[in-house]
Amino acid sequence: MNLPPMETGLLLAGILFMLGLLSVLIRRNILFMLMSVEIMLNAAGLAFIVAGARWEQPDGQVMFMFILAMAAAEVSVGLALILQIYHQLKTIDSDAASKMRQ
Amino acid sequence: MNIAFNIAAIVAIICTIMVVTRYNIMHALLYLVTSFMAVAVIFFTYGAPFIAALELIVYAGAIMVLMVFVIMMLNLGGESAGEEKKWLRPRVWVFPALLSLVLLAELIWLIYSGTYVSNKEIKIVNTKEVAMSLYGPYMLAVELSAMLLMAGIVGAYHLGRQRKKIIHRFLERSDR
Repeated sequence: MNLPPMETGLLLAGILFMLGLLSVLIRRNILFMLMSVEIMLNAAGLAFIVAGARWEQPDGQVMFMFILAMAAAEVSVGLALILQIYHQLKTIDSDAASKMRQ
Repeated sequence: MNIAFNIAAIVAIICTIMVVTRYNIMHALLYLVTSFMAVAVIFFTYGAPFIAALELIVYAGAIMVLMVFVIMMLNLGGESAGEEKKWLRPRVWVFPALLSLVLLAELIWLIYSGTYVSNKEIKIVNTKEVAMSLYGPYMLAVELSAMLLMAGIVGAYHLGRQRKKIIHRFLERSDR
Protein backbone atom coordinates (compact mmCIF):
# COMPACT_ATOMS: atom_id res chain seq x y z
CA MET A 1 0.00 0.00 0.00
CA ASN A 2 1.31 3.36 -0.96
CA LEU A 3 1.47 6.23 1.43
CA PRO A 4 -0.11 9.33 -0.07
CA PRO A 5 2.72 11.74 -0.90
CA MET A 6 3.78 14.16 1.77
CA GLU A 7 3.37 17.21 -0.46
CA THR A 8 -0.29 16.43 -1.07
CA GLY A 9 -1.03 16.15 2.63
CA LEU A 10 0.83 19.36 3.40
CA LEU A 11 -0.98 21.03 0.50
CA LEU A 12 -4.33 19.96 1.95
CA ALA A 13 -3.30 21.25 5.37
CA GLY A 14 -2.30 24.57 3.79
CA ILE A 15 -5.60 24.91 1.92
CA LEU A 16 -7.64 24.14 5.05
CA PHE A 17 -5.56 26.59 7.09
CA MET A 18 -6.03 29.25 4.42
CA LEU A 19 -9.80 28.76 4.43
CA GLY A 20 -9.90 29.04 8.22
CA LEU A 21 -7.78 32.21 8.13
CA LEU A 22 -10.00 33.69 5.44
CA SER A 23 -13.08 32.92 7.51
CA VAL A 24 -11.57 34.60 10.58
CA LEU A 25 -10.82 37.66 8.46
CA ILE A 26 -14.21 38.06 6.78
CA ARG A 27 -16.70 36.99 9.44
CA ARG A 28 -18.24 39.31 12.01
CA ASN A 29 -20.23 36.66 13.85
CA ILE A 30 -18.08 35.68 16.81
CA LEU A 31 -19.26 32.04 16.77
CA PHE A 32 -18.16 31.70 13.15
CA MET A 33 -14.76 33.08 14.15
CA LEU A 34 -14.43 30.42 16.86
CA MET A 35 -15.32 27.71 14.33
CA SER A 36 -12.67 29.05 11.96
CA VAL A 37 -10.08 28.85 14.70
CA GLU A 38 -11.05 25.18 15.07
CA ILE A 39 -10.51 24.67 11.33
CA MET A 40 -7.05 26.23 11.59
CA LEU A 41 -6.08 24.11 14.61
CA ASN A 42 -7.26 21.00 12.78
CA ALA A 43 -5.17 21.91 9.74
CA ALA A 44 -2.10 22.37 11.92
CA GLY A 45 -2.74 18.94 13.45
CA LEU A 46 -3.04 17.45 9.97
CA ALA A 47 0.38 18.85 9.08
CA PHE A 48 1.80 17.24 12.25
CA ILE A 49 0.29 13.84 11.35
CA VAL A 50 1.59 14.01 7.78
CA ALA A 51 5.09 14.87 8.94
CA GLY A 52 4.96 12.14 11.59
CA ALA A 53 3.95 9.56 8.97
CA ARG A 54 6.74 10.72 6.66
CA TRP A 55 9.49 10.30 9.25
CA GLU A 56 7.81 7.30 10.90
CA GLN A 57 8.06 8.83 14.34
CA PRO A 58 5.31 8.91 17.00
CA ASP A 59 6.00 12.55 17.87
CA GLY A 60 3.55 13.90 15.30
CA GLN A 61 0.68 11.95 16.83
CA VAL A 62 1.72 13.02 20.34
CA MET A 63 1.66 16.65 19.20
CA PHE A 64 -1.79 16.12 17.71
CA MET A 65 -3.05 14.93 21.08
CA PHE A 66 -1.72 18.10 22.72
CA ILE A 67 -3.41 20.18 20.03
CA LEU A 68 -6.63 18.28 20.76
CA ALA A 69 -6.43 19.03 24.50
CA MET A 70 -5.63 22.65 23.77
CA ALA A 71 -8.56 22.95 21.35
CA ALA A 72 -10.95 21.47 23.91
CA ALA A 73 -9.84 23.90 26.64
CA GLU A 74 -9.90 26.82 24.21
CA VAL A 75 -13.39 26.03 22.96
CA SER A 76 -14.87 25.74 26.43
CA VAL A 77 -13.40 29.04 27.60
CA GLY A 78 -14.25 30.71 24.29
CA LEU A 79 -17.87 29.59 24.39
CA ALA A 80 -18.22 30.78 27.99
CA LEU A 81 -16.85 34.16 26.90
CA ILE A 82 -19.27 34.26 23.96
CA LEU A 83 -22.21 33.53 26.28
CA GLN A 84 -21.05 36.31 28.59
CA ILE A 85 -20.68 38.76 25.68
CA TYR A 86 -24.16 37.83 24.47
CA HIS A 87 -25.68 38.42 27.88
CA GLN A 88 -23.97 41.78 28.19
CA LEU A 89 -24.42 43.15 24.68
CA LYS A 90 -27.36 41.12 23.30
CA THR A 91 -25.54 40.51 20.04
CA ILE A 92 -22.78 38.26 18.73
CA ASP A 93 -21.36 40.88 16.41
CA SER A 94 -17.66 41.00 17.25
CA ASP A 95 -17.52 44.73 16.49
CA ALA A 96 -19.91 45.39 19.37
CA ALA A 97 -17.32 43.99 21.77
CA SER A 98 -14.52 46.23 20.58
CA LYS A 99 -14.74 48.30 23.73
CA MET A 100 -14.05 46.68 27.07
CA ARG A 101 -16.96 48.56 28.63
CA GLN A 102 -19.95 49.94 26.89
CA MET B 1 -5.15 4.28 -0.28
CA ASN B 2 -4.39 7.11 -2.66
CA ILE B 3 -7.93 7.05 -4.07
CA ALA B 4 -9.38 7.20 -0.55
CA PHE B 5 -7.03 10.05 0.26
CA ASN B 6 -8.03 12.02 -2.83
CA ILE B 7 -11.75 11.59 -2.26
CA ALA B 8 -11.47 12.53 1.42
CA ALA B 9 -9.31 15.53 0.58
CA ILE B 10 -11.82 16.83 -1.97
CA VAL B 11 -14.69 16.31 0.49
CA ALA B 12 -12.76 18.13 3.22
CA ILE B 13 -11.99 21.12 1.01
CA ILE B 14 -15.56 21.39 -0.32
CA CYS B 15 -17.04 21.12 3.18
CA THR B 16 -14.67 23.75 4.55
CA ILE B 17 -15.54 26.11 1.68
CA MET B 18 -19.21 25.56 2.55
CA VAL B 19 -18.44 26.39 6.20
CA VAL B 20 -16.82 29.65 5.15
CA THR B 21 -19.66 30.67 2.85
CA ARG B 22 -22.82 29.62 4.73
CA TYR B 23 -25.13 32.23 6.25
CA ASN B 24 -27.00 29.88 8.59
CA ILE B 25 -24.71 28.89 11.45
CA MET B 26 -26.35 25.50 11.99
CA HIS B 27 -25.68 24.48 8.37
CA ALA B 28 -22.09 25.66 8.70
CA LEU B 29 -21.68 23.56 11.84
CA LEU B 30 -22.97 20.42 10.12
CA TYR B 31 -20.60 20.99 7.20
CA LEU B 32 -17.79 21.40 9.72
CA VAL B 33 -18.62 18.01 11.25
CA THR B 34 -18.44 16.45 7.77
CA SER B 35 -15.12 18.16 7.18
CA PHE B 36 -13.72 16.73 10.42
CA MET B 37 -14.90 13.26 9.37
CA ALA B 38 -13.10 13.62 6.04
CA VAL B 39 -9.93 14.68 7.87
CA ALA B 40 -10.30 11.58 10.07
CA VAL B 41 -10.28 9.45 6.90
CA ILE B 42 -7.10 11.24 5.84
CA PHE B 43 -5.48 10.43 9.21
CA PHE B 44 -6.42 6.81 8.61
CA THR B 45 -4.76 6.78 5.20
CA TYR B 46 -1.59 8.20 6.76
CA GLY B 47 -1.43 5.23 9.11
CA ALA B 48 -2.78 6.82 12.30
CA PRO B 49 -6.04 4.97 13.09
CA PHE B 50 -6.05 5.92 16.78
CA ILE B 51 -5.74 9.59 15.93
CA ALA B 52 -8.61 9.19 13.44
CA ALA B 53 -10.77 7.80 16.25
CA LEU B 54 -9.72 10.66 18.55
CA GLU B 55 -10.58 13.18 15.85
CA LEU B 56 -14.07 11.72 15.53
CA ILE B 57 -14.66 11.49 19.28
CA VAL B 58 -13.22 14.78 20.44
CA TYR B 59 -13.54 17.14 17.46
CA ALA B 60 -16.61 15.87 15.61
CA GLY B 61 -18.23 14.66 18.82
CA ALA B 62 -17.48 16.67 21.93
CA ILE B 63 -16.45 20.08 20.61
CA MET B 64 -19.19 20.24 17.99
CA VAL B 65 -21.86 19.18 20.51
CA LEU B 66 -20.65 21.99 22.78
CA MET B 67 -21.07 24.48 19.95
CA VAL B 68 -24.52 23.10 19.08
CA PHE B 69 -25.58 23.60 22.70
CA VAL B 70 -24.35 27.18 22.70
CA ILE B 71 -26.17 27.93 19.43
CA MET B 72 -29.34 26.45 20.93
CA MET B 73 -28.89 28.54 24.10
CA LEU B 74 -28.42 31.72 22.10
CA ASN B 75 -31.44 30.89 19.92
CA LEU B 76 -29.56 31.55 16.72
CA GLY B 77 -30.59 30.03 13.44
CA GLY B 78 -32.85 31.26 10.69
CA GLU B 79 -33.35 34.85 11.81
CA SER B 80 -29.65 35.62 12.18
CA ALA B 81 -28.93 34.36 8.66
CA GLY B 82 -30.23 37.58 7.11
CA GLU B 83 -27.97 39.61 9.35
CA GLU B 84 -25.07 37.40 8.35
CA LYS B 85 -25.92 37.92 4.68
CA LYS B 86 -25.86 41.66 5.23
CA TRP B 87 -22.42 41.44 6.87
CA LEU B 88 -20.82 39.25 4.20
CA ARG B 89 -20.73 41.54 1.19
CA PRO B 90 -18.17 41.12 -1.62
CA ARG B 91 -16.57 44.41 -0.57
CA VAL B 92 -15.75 42.73 2.73
CA TRP B 93 -14.38 39.41 1.57
CA VAL B 94 -12.61 40.05 -1.77
CA PHE B 95 -9.46 41.69 -0.46
CA PRO B 96 -8.83 39.24 2.44
CA ALA B 97 -9.45 36.37 0.01
CA LEU B 98 -6.82 37.75 -2.39
CA LEU B 99 -4.32 38.20 0.44
CA SER B 100 -4.79 34.68 1.75
CA LEU B 101 -4.59 33.28 -1.80
CA VAL B 102 -1.21 34.97 -2.15
CA LEU B 103 -0.10 33.34 1.11
CA LEU B 104 -1.38 29.95 -0.09
CA ALA B 105 0.46 30.29 -3.43
CA GLU B 106 3.64 31.09 -1.52
CA LEU B 107 3.11 28.03 0.69
CA ILE B 108 2.54 25.74 -2.32
CA TRP B 109 5.67 27.08 -3.96
CA LEU B 110 7.66 26.43 -0.77
CA ILE B 111 6.28 22.88 -0.42
CA TYR B 112 6.97 21.88 -4.02
CA SER B 113 10.36 23.59 -4.36
CA GLY B 114 11.96 21.37 -1.71
CA THR B 115 13.56 18.10 -2.73
CA TYR B 116 13.07 15.02 -0.63
CA VAL B 117 12.91 11.27 -1.10
CA SER B 118 9.40 9.90 -0.86
CA ASN B 119 8.92 6.67 1.04
CA LYS B 120 6.82 4.15 -0.78
CA GLU B 121 5.61 1.76 1.88
CA ILE B 122 2.99 2.76 4.37
CA LYS B 123 4.19 2.17 7.90
CA ILE B 124 1.62 2.40 10.62
CA VAL B 125 3.04 4.18 13.64
CA ASN B 126 1.14 2.02 16.08
CA THR B 127 -0.52 3.22 19.21
CA LYS B 128 1.95 1.47 21.48
CA GLU B 129 4.81 3.60 20.19
CA VAL B 130 2.71 6.72 20.62
CA ALA B 131 1.80 5.73 24.18
CA MET B 132 5.42 4.92 25.08
CA SER B 133 6.47 8.29 23.74
CA LEU B 134 3.56 10.10 25.41
CA TYR B 135 4.26 8.70 28.87
CA GLY B 136 8.02 8.65 28.46
CA PRO B 137 9.76 11.77 27.14
CA TYR B 138 6.55 13.80 26.94
CA MET B 139 5.43 13.15 30.54
CA LEU B 140 5.88 16.77 31.60
CA ALA B 141 3.82 17.97 28.65
CA VAL B 142 1.03 15.52 29.55
CA GLU B 143 0.93 16.94 33.08
CA LEU B 144 0.96 20.48 31.72
CA SER B 145 -1.95 19.74 29.40
CA ALA B 146 -3.85 18.24 32.35
CA MET B 147 -3.31 21.53 34.17
CA LEU B 148 -4.45 23.40 31.05
CA LEU B 149 -7.67 21.38 30.95
CA MET B 150 -8.22 22.08 34.66
CA ALA B 151 -7.73 25.78 34.04
CA GLY B 152 -10.16 25.52 31.15
CA ILE B 153 -12.83 23.96 33.36
CA VAL B 154 -12.37 26.54 36.10
CA GLY B 155 -12.29 29.40 33.59
CA ALA B 156 -15.41 28.20 31.80
CA TYR B 157 -17.25 27.83 35.11
CA HIS B 158 -16.19 31.25 36.29
CA LEU B 159 -17.04 33.00 33.02
CA GLY B 160 -20.30 31.16 32.46
CA ARG B 161 -21.72 31.87 35.90
CA GLN B 162 -24.75 34.15 35.93
CA ARG B 163 -24.28 36.84 38.50
CA LYS B 164 -27.44 37.65 40.34
CA LYS B 165 -27.95 41.37 40.65
CA ILE B 166 -28.97 42.15 44.24
CA ILE B 167 -29.87 45.78 44.07
CA HIS B 168 -33.05 47.26 45.40
CA ARG B 169 -35.91 47.20 42.95
CA PHE B 170 -36.41 50.98 43.16
CA LEU B 171 -32.74 51.52 42.35
CA GLU B 172 -32.75 49.11 39.46
CA ARG B 173 -31.55 50.61 36.20
CA SER B 174 -34.20 50.50 33.53
CA ASP B 175 -31.99 50.58 30.43
CA ARG B 176 -31.18 46.85 30.53
